[in-house]
Formats: sequence, structure tokens, C-alpha cells
Amino acid sequence: MLEGILIGLSTAFSVTNLLMVVGGCLIGTFIGMLPGLGPMSIIAIMIPVAISIGDPSAALILLAGVYYGAIFGGSTSSILINAPGVASTVATSFDGYPLARQGKAGKALTVAAISSFAGGSIGAVLLMIFAPALATVALLFHSAEYFALMVVGLSAIAAFAGTGQVIKALLMTILGVIMATVGEGALFNMPRFTMGLMDLQSGFGFITLAMAMFALPEALYLVLDPNRSKTESGNNEIKDLRITKEEAKAITPVIGRQSIQGFLIGVLPGAGATIASFLGYAVERNIATKEEQEQFGKGSVKGLAAPESANNAACTGSFVPLLTLGIPGSGTTAILLGALIALNVSPGPRLMVDQPEIFWAVIISMYLGNVILLILNLPLIPYIAKILAVPRNFLIPFILFFTLMGAYIGQNNSTELLILVGFGICATVLRFADYPLAPLLIGFILGRMLEDNFSRSMQLYDGIGFILERPMTMGLLVLAVILVVLPSYRARRARARAEGVADGD
Amino acid sequence: MALDRWIAMIILLICLAYGYAAFFTMDEALAPFMRRNPIWPSTFPKILSVMAIICSLLILLGFEKSSGEPKPSEINYRRLTDYKLGQAIALLGLMVAYALLLRPAGFLLSTFGFLFIGSFILGERKYIVMALASAIAAGVVWYLVDRVLGIFLSPMPVFMANGG
Repeated sequence: MLEGILIGLSTAFSVTNLLMVVGGCLIGTFIGMLPGLGPMSIIAIMIPVAISIGDPSAALILLAGVYYGAIFGGSTSSILINAPGVASTVATSFDGYPLARQGKAGKALTVAAISSFAGGSIGAVLLMIFAPALATVALLFHSAEYFALMVVGLSAIAAFAGTGQVIKALLMTILGVIMATVGEGALFNMPRFTMGLMDLQSGFGFITLAMAMFALPEALYLVLDPNRSKTESGNNEIKDLRITKEEAKAITPVIGRQSIQGFLIGVLPGAGATIASFLGYAVERNIATKEEQEQFGKGSVKGLAAPESANNAACTGSFVPLLTLGIPGSGTTAILLGALIALNVSPGPRLMVDQPEIFWAVIISMYLGNVILLILNLPLIPYIAKILAVPRNFLIPFILFFTLMGAYIGQNNSTELLILVGFGICATVLRFADYPLAPLLIGFILGRMLEDNFSRSMQLYDGIGFILERPMTMGLLVLAVILVVLPSYRARRARARAEGVADGD
Repeated sequence: MALDRWIAMIILLICLAYGYAAFFTMDEALAPFMRRNPIWPSTFPKILSVMAIICSLLILLGFEKSSGEPKPSEINYRRLTDYKLGQAIALLGLMVAYALLLRPAGFLLSTFGFLFIGSFILGERKYIVMALASAIAAGVVWYLVDRVLGIFLSPMPVFMANGG
């Protein structure tokens, strides 16, 4: 491991990569602060830039920096104007905004910055310990197990992503996989489902789809509902960034607990930063003393520190399945996976053996990113907060323009832009009807690998027999079925009970 | 019928067409030696289409009730006309126009127009600021993409470009 850390240090500390970390964190913070733009949209917009850099470590470092920056920026807008830019910082606004209204905005931002820093750093240490161990196990996996593991990952995402609507999420996942089958596959040299259109010969573009699924609907939502980007700044004066000794003492155990809990939640596919932050908040409120509980929701520093450290640790945790198994657990890591594939890197257990510099550089740059966010943003916060005042009349055309640009640069083909607009409208309608979109993109990205591994095991075992012959594959597939069936079964029972009907089935 | 079930029906139709292609038309072109393979190009799509059809039927038949209450933060599509629907549609139209004009009109002109008209649609009327912001943005982005990243973007309209 020491050797790896040294490789990482030497890669991450090159001038380009340092610039990437700083630039990524700054861009992420800036855009993350704009209410209504989540990390997925930001990363989707940044991907063409990252891909054209060409060097996979630099690209991944840049995107990871953007990711942390976005989460950090999101917490700033939650605290200052009660408009969380990111779902995972909604819990931050519970206690952050009351603090800001009491005129303690500076203190709230400091607590948030310190907890984020601690959460991210502890997460990075845990990642360093967990990932190599998991990768060693994963090296024993066979294509059959990979296939089963991806099925488990996809069903976990379907089970946890939707708001209790598992079938919808599942349908979206399958639809994503179906879209991945369009075009010419690697295994069979024949085009499939192209309907004779040349433009579909190479399949749908991943960046186009990512933009259409996340960036475009979010921008359209901002247009449709001006309240979403309203910047009603109350007393935005930020002063006195210091926190007292008592407060520091109060938040230290909270940060410790929530960093570890958040990390573990982040590792699970489908869970991720949003769930980690809400759960962290709830857990800390439950174990706090009676008078501290009273403070929660009214400006408790503990209530602010808990979701902040949890969501940052969870972001780091979500890199574990991505880097070791090559299976993304969230929409954001799915987009990162797509970017890596575009750069000819296949994440998975071999990554640590074949290209250790990428793996370790990313981990080292996580530390760096955290340090930079802390030292760069703490003194700059009052100035950065001014960006919240950018008028939406200028902002929205720019967001739309960048989504168009992203799709165009990738393919250099203006048909791609029409596909983008078409899918963007579809995605917006799907979002109206409460269909989750992240599973679709994850399904799309994993679809091709899923089919490749499936076909390989079919060929090796001359038929579907591999499921029965490999107990581990069987076990994983059973787990996948349980993951999908259990929540809908429980929801049905709960509903039956709520309606006063005895559950007969 | 609620919107989510309409969508389920549309997806069902798409999947039926997909499944039809996978089950009946795709394998015709398959070479005889490939038919001995345990896996055909249509194998995986067949499985997918069956699963997708089952899922969309479950939603269509109302097996899984939607949560009912729309979340306050989300947009309620039943009252879509209460929102700025006109602006959204105009912007989408503008994006299509941009896509069609990008090649013939060149990057600089179409981008300038897109940003200018975009903010106009949203109700901005400070023309000088708009023109300045759009012009600077178009120039800077073109410089970054074409010169720094090295991805070719034809800057000028077709009739002014030499050879390109």
C-alpha cells in the first residue's frame, strides 16, 4: 500500500494535476452553489472537457474535484438562502438556515466546511483501506459472477433510488439496458435495432444521454418554475467565521460517527449521499440529550455537522464500488464510469494492478481536494456567495448552451443535438410522472458490460447452465431478486394495513 | 388515467416492437454457423423485452400505486399551464434552431444569437448587457474549445469560410 501511496503522490503532485484539483474544486463550488443544479448535471457538463484532456488520471481528478466542490457549494446555498442546490444537502438546511437567520451565517459555514473536510478525509482513509481489500476479492470473480454482481447492483439501485416505487425504477433500469443494445455491439459484428439509421450505428452517445437525463430537465424545471432559483437573501452578511471551544467539542464525536456511517452507506449501491445525510441527521437527533434535541431544527451545530460530514464521507464511499468492481452505485459515479470508459480505462479489480497510478492518484487527490476546499473556500466564502446573485435570465441560456456544447463536442455532429433535445423532453415528462432517471442512465452505462459478461458465461458453459453451476452466481442473483421483491412486498403490506384490510396474500 | 400509466403504456408499445424485432425478425440474417452458438445477438434483447413488458404491464394495470400527493418541491404536471410553459417551449425551439443553424451559420453567430435570444425569451431587456455577455461568451468558448482543447468548431458562416 505504501508503494501505491507514493505512486499516487508523485502523480497527483504534478503541476497539471494540482491545477486540475484546484480548478475542479472551484468550478464545482461555483456551479454547485447555483440553486437547482446538482452534481450530476455539473459533472455531465464537465465531461467533454475532461475527456479532451486525454490523460485519464487528470480527467478523473478534475471530475472528482468538481464532485466535492459541488457538494460543498450546495451546502453553502442551503445555509445562506435555504435553497439546496443538491438533494444531499437538504438536511444541511434544517439547521444551517436557522443559524444563518440568527446572524450566525459565518459560524454555520465554518462548521459545514470543517465537517465536510473531516468527512471527506476520513472517507478517503477508509477508501484507502477498503478498496484494495475488496479488489483482491474481486480478482477471483469470473464473468458469470460479474454478470450477477451487475444485476445485484442494478436491482439495488432500482430498489433504493425510487421513492418506494420499485417497479418504476426497475422499468427505467431495463429501459436503459435496452437503449444500450442499440447499435453495433462488440461481440456480434452486426448492427442491432438501428432501424436502418446511420446515426444510430454506433449507439446512443453517453454524454448526450447524460445531458438529456439530468442537465436539460433541471434547466427546464428552472424555466418552468422561477421559484426554484429565487434568491431571497435575508441577512446575507457573513462575519465572524470562528467557532467556540464548546462547539468544537460538541461536534467532534458527531463528525467521527457520521463520517464512518456515511462512508458505509455510500459504499452500498443505490444509497449514497442523500440517504446518508438524512440518516446521519436522524441518528444524531435520536442519540442527543433531551435539551440538545430541542435545538435540532432551530440552529444546532450538531444538526449541521451530522449531515455535512455524512454526505461528504458517502461521496467518497461511492468510489469504492466504482474503483474496485467497476460498478457505479449512484448516478454521479455512473457518469464518472462513462467518462472513464470513454478514456479507455476500464475500472474494476484490474485497475489497481494494471494502472495503479490512476487509482492512487484519485485517492491522493481526494485529500488534496478536501484541503483545498477548506483553505480556499473558507476565506473566499463571502465573495463566492455573491455568485448567488447572478440573474437567472442570463444563467439559464448559459446552462442550456453548455448542455448543447457538451453533446456537440463529443460527436461533432448536429444530429446529436436534436437527439439531445428529444431525449431531454422525454426525460422531463418522465420526471413529471415521478419516474427516476438515474437508474436509466446507470442501466445504459452498465448495459453493454452486462451483456458482454452474460454472453461470455453463456459461451463458456454452453448455455444458461452457469447460473446453476456456480453457487456464487446463483447466490448473487437470488439476492438481486430479494432486493427487488422485498420493498414492493413490504409497501403492499403497509398499504393493505393502512387501508384496514387484512393481508391475505 | 394518470400520466405515469400513459407513459407505461408508451413504453410497453416500444418494448413490444423491440421484442417483436428480437424474437422474430433479427435472427433471419444470422449466418448458419452462428446459429450453433449458445448465444445469439438476439438472446439478451429477448430477456430484456420480456422483463420490460412485465414491468410496464404492472404499472399500467396499477399494481404499484403512485404515492399520490405530489411533492411540494416537484412540479405538478396537472397544472402545467400555471408555470412558464411558453418560455420553456420557446427555449426548446431555440435549441432546435441552434442545432440546425450551427453548421450553416457558424459557431460564433449562432451562439451569440442563442444566448441573446435565450435571455430575451426569459424577459431580459437590457440589450447592451445582453449583447456584451453573449458576444464575450461566444468568443471565449470558441477560443477554449477550438484553440485550447483543439476540437474544430467552424467559427464563421459557410459563405465566409474558406474551404471548410
